[in-house]
Amino acid sequence: MRDRAIFAGQLIFTLLVAAFLIVPALLSMLAGVTANYFRGIRSGLTLQWVLQVWELYSDTIFRSFLIAFAALAVTLVVGVPAAYALHIRNDRLSRAVEEIITLPLAIPGLAIALALILTYGGFAGFRGSWLFILAGHAVFTLPFMVRAVLAVFATIDIKTLDEGAASLGAAPWRRFRDVIVPNARPGILAGSLMVVTLSLGEFNLTWMLSTPLTKTLPVGLADSYASMRLEVASAYTLVFFVMIIPLLIAMQIFAGTRGSAVGAAR
Amino acid sequence: MRAHGVALRLESCGKTFADGTRALEPVTLDVARGETLVLLGPSGCGKTTLLRLIAGLETPDTCGRILFNNADVTAVPIERRNVGMVFQSYALFPNMNVAENIGYGLKIRGTPESERKARIAELLALTGIEGLEHRRVDQLSGGQRQRVALARAVAAQPSVLLLDEPLTALDAALRERLRGELNRLLRTLGITAIYVTHDQSEAMALGDRIAVMRNGAIAQIGTPRDIYFAPASRFVAEFVGAANIVEAQCKAGALTLPGGTLRVVNGAESGIVLAMIRPESINVVAADGAAFAGLVDSVSFVGDRQRALVSGAAKNPITVDVPHSIPLKAGDRIGLAIDPAAIRLLPREGA
Repeated sequence: MRDRAIFAGQLIFTLLVAAFLIVPALLSMLAGVTANYFRGIRSGLTLQWVLQVWELYSDTIFRSFLIAFAALAVTLVVGVPAAYALHIRNDRLSRAVEEIITLPLAIPGLAIALALILTYGGFAGFRGSWLFILAGHAVFTLPFMVRAVLAVFATIDIKTLDEGAASLGAAPWRRFRDVIVPNARPGILAGSLMVVTLSLGEFNLTWMLSTPLTKTLPVGLADSYASMRLEVASAYTLVFFVMIIPLLIAMQIFAGTRGSAVGAAR
Repeated sequence: MRAHGVALRLESCGKTFADGTRALEPVTLDVARGETLVLLGPSGCGKTTLLRLIAGLETPDTCGRILFNNADVTAVPIERRNVGMVFQSYALFPNMNVAENIGYGLKIRGTPESERKARIAELLALTGIEGLEHRRVDQLSGGQRQRVALARAVAAQPSVLLLDEPLTALDAALRERLRGELNRLLRTLGITAIYVTHDQSEAMALGDRIAVMRNGAIAQIGTPRDIYFAPASRFVAEFVGAANIVEAQCKAGALTLPGGTLRVVNGAESGIVLAMIRPESINVVAADGAAFAGLVDSVSFVGDRQRALVSGAAKNPITVDVPHSIPLKAGDRIGLAIDPAAIRLLPREGA
């Protein structure tokens, strides 16, 4: 009886916390389909704001996905081999490199953006293209990929697996392809999920690095909050949710099935 | 027996790590084609470092050279040395099944698939794991993993087979059985093999020769019989099997001890000597009239024999292996007869 009371209490508390976090998101999305927010839901529901967002900002949505997947590609190509090298060497130098890679997490995004602008701002073609934002996102998301892969390497004896493959005649690149990457898959998938979500939602850096012609989704959102009706900005939030939630669920399912298959093999 | 593999030669191969630790003093060593050399020693003695030098996982200090059939391979990386290696943890690839693990080295070498399949089947039969080829690595028992690791290491006919404590991860009964299988396999393959272990019974059973190592240097190298019956130092005597070490005054070919005198074969020298006597080379005789005698301190049952601790014979109690046919109990006074040839005089330094 007492256990049930405690359980009920915990359940109510959990639900309240969840509601505290979820209700604002729901209200915001609801505002996006309300004809007049100040008159409330009685003013009727409409898709006009959503359509307006689509007309004004659809390019930012596509650009955000482009940058997110490009950042994923960069962190995969750079981060996974980097993690392999750092783990195999494991000396003072590699630990220093690992710290340096992690540094962008501790530095405010604005500072990173400022440094990039100071250094590369003079290259107008680069400064004005989405690649400039990609550079910032790659710097910012790389530690998440490297850390996730290193975490997996720490749980399997990757160094001995590497030596085993080497003893059988496999050159470094072949070992990386045949043994390291397949066994690092759970970490690579976890890192990929982090990179894509962080890149899609990144505002700090992006706000500084973007130009009026290279706005991403979060920057566009800030823009609409600042200059449009509240309903438009809310509709933007709705669009954001509609785009990103299916993507995240798909990636989670993918990571779950593949990750557990590799986990079972261990 | 189709002997394959190479004759191996190491010339003054030492290893100092980047932090200045001297893991291995310069070693010069020859291993004949088809021979099994066991590197035996306590942990930290440099045996694994020596194995890794031969494998190509470490490079020797300058002026060290490693030769396979007289060809210098010192600068050749492991992947081009054509070695087979069995790791203590086996290092089987979790992302491949048993057959893929065994066939990996052949796949790297571009062996055609049909030939690869035949070779995998041959090795599965040789190591007694037929029927497991499609199993995942995590579905195997420890003994099965060990066999897969061995099959994988020899699949591509390596120049030399390197085994790093391959049986250590197994429980005692399985270890004993696999030791026998491994011995048979090494003889069948006739391959040059280097086997690292800290277990002296494994070393005795498997080695054509044993190199006993200590503090980064080879203390003694020889056949298992040499090492056991004629140890060159107190360390080797005590590391390989049970040994009584007695300090005694030597005069005119006999040792003078508290319990009497013992004749020795090569006791020309006079003065204080160190002698080694194996517990099983001591015979129990009647105390009356015995030249050498002592008092039984304790008797323990060790299965195939009883082991008695005899005090009063030498400065320290002497361990004696006694067959069950001789009734013994604590407090008995017994005579000890020892064949002079079974008493080995050791150099006194380097205890």
